[in-house]
Amino acid sequence: MSETAPAPAAEDVHDLRPPRNQWWDVWDQFKTHKGAMAGMIVFISILLFVFAGPWVWQVDPGLIDIRSRNQGSSWAHPMGTDQLGRDLLARMMYGGRVSVAVGLTAMLLGLVLGTLIGVLAGYFKLFDGPLMRVTDLFLALPLLPLLLILVTLFRDPLEGAFGQAMGVFALIVVAIAITSWMQTARIVRGDVLALKEREFVLAARSIGTPARRINTRHILPNVMSPIMVSATLGIASAIITESALSFLGLGFPPDFPTWGRILYDGRDWIEQYPARVVWPGVFISLTVLSVNFIGDGLRDALDPRIRGR
Amino acid sequence: MFTYTLRRLAFAVPTVLVISLIVFLMLDMAPGDPTGSLPLTIPLEVREQIRQALGLGDPVLVRYFKWLHMMVIIEPSHMLANATGWNIAIEGPRILSWQTRSPVGDIIVQRIPQTLWVVGLGYLFGILIAVPIGVISAYKQYSWFDQTGTFISMVGFSVPTFFTGVVFILIFSVWLGWFPSMYDTTHRVRDWDSFLFQVRQIAMPVAVLALFNASQISRFMRASMLDNLNQDYVRTARAKGLMERTVLLVHVLRNSMIPVVTVIAIGIPTVFTGAIITEQIFRVNGLGDALIRAIYVSDWPMVQTITFIFAILIVLFNLIADVLYGILDPRIRYE
Repeated sequence: MSETAPAPAAEDVHDLRPPRNQWWDVWDQFKTHKGAMAGMIVFISILLFVFAGPWVWQVDPGLIDIRSRNQGSSWAHPMGTDQLGRDLLARMMYGGRVSVAVGLTAMLLGLVLGTLIGVLAGYFKLFDGPLMRVTDLFLALPLLPLLLILVTLFRDPLEGAFGQAMGVFALIVVAIAITSWMQTARIVRGDVLALKEREFVLAARSIGTPARRINTRHILPNVMSPIMVSATLGIASAIITESALSFLGLGFPPDFPTWGRILYDGRDWIEQYPARVVWPGVFISLTVLSVNFIGDGLRDALDPRIRGR
Repeated sequence: MFTYTLRRLAFAVPTVLVISLIVFLMLDMAPGDPTGSLPLTIPLEVREQIRQALGLGDPVLVRYFKWLHMMVIIEPSHMLANATGWNIAIEGPRILSWQTRSPVGDIIVQRIPQTLWVVGLGYLFGILIAVPIGVISAYKQYSWFDQTGTFISMVGFSVPTFFTGVVFILIFSVWLGWFPSMYDTTHRVRDWDSFLFQVRQIAMPVAVLALFNASQISRFMRASMLDNLNQDYVRTARAKGLMERTVLLVHVLRNSMIPVVTVIAIGIPTVFTGAIITEQIFRVNGLGDALIRAIYVSDWPMVQTITFIFAILIVLFNLIADVLYGILDPRIRYE
């Protein structure tokens, strides 16, 4: 150590730039990925559309105006109206809120579950065998059929407990989360297994740091990159799963619009009014596509071998 | 290799058993009651007798083992007997669907061909499209072909199949009128015209599945090719003066196919479960359609059986993928 230490120190004297957080390097690399930047712009616009849009376009999505039903685009209804005369633009905004909220919450829940199981299995030898068997078991389950069954079985009790909207929301979020945590758990476990043999973990343990703090202070920050990448993939797959459930008629109730539900309702009218199917489909696809591109860019940006220094 | 296969098999059996227990218990707790839809004029004692006859009075574990016995021994024997015409059906109580009162095995045997045709063709065409695209993309990395190919495959697996399917219906059957939007399952192929009709009605569901699968597999193919193109053996092959075509299509392609083949094997069960949605769009009366209908009317025996079949498929193809990997790649030797 003594002969290598002075050399970088001498260079540092001339380098008077303030210390830089590594996330700035990640951001610099991320910016060079055109697809990821485009994805980011599209995703932020969609978020603005669904969360800020209702303040600008103050039309009640549930307002039934039977006289102006089945209209095409006009200034009064930019995306037209459905068979009950409800404004499609307002429904797309409110539906998008639910779809995006389901995607984000289910992703977060699945991520927390996956990370917890991954860290427990990787760090504590005692849990490794049983937890990994459970992970393998979950990977061998037919997930889509099980999701459908879960939603059908627990819909009524949960609707009774939390009210219709919140009950279905909680059910779908939890159902998606418990069927999507396995990949994260595997990746995190692998990284933790390698990290816990490193010197800085040994050093932390030698000064008596409890296992809980070693994990939160030293190990978790170092597995952030794979977690962030699987977070983006998680949002995309959660949004697709929710719309698929709604599309099969087993998701949210009809008076509670989501993009998948609007698409499902519009399918019966496809020959006369194709716009009713195309709008929600385009929004689902754009959201998923933009999130996937962000994930791609993030994966490149977080990979220190690619990141140019 | 043989002992490894045996060991994997031995491990697959408990996995299947645990999954069957999960599927059974989950639906056993379901609120639906097979006597719920019977007329209210039936006296309570008779209702209780009906429940006993359906085997609903026994303890949970007894019912589980009875169900397992019917599930893995009696039903498969009947399915095999139906399919082959041999007289090997084992006598015994069968799993009855609550909606049709007929054995689930018979319904599944009727439904499987449609699913197999649609899913099988969709997967096959997907692979046939994906492999050349992946090879060219990797060989001409960062060319316009690669850029467009990568972009299209990104779009292909980001756009959900239920939207691609609806767009296909909109373009090809509503506007152009080339293909029927609904699958006519009573259609029988007898002559050339009926065969053409069959081709036309199966074209759209197959195209939807093929596009989705192709976009996933081509990404794997490209990544795997890129891993191999910079290897030393490729330089050796070029140095000894082989034609570029031989290097690419014989040396690199064969090595790159190893991980892709296992990915294809692992993907087969996912395609089956994913076809649930495609079958709903085009109203194909396959296995997935049977599952959805059974869920709508709380026909739990049917749901249990189909879910169990999907679970077996997953375990089986994971096993096949692992063993294939060992056979194809001589560098991997399992003990």
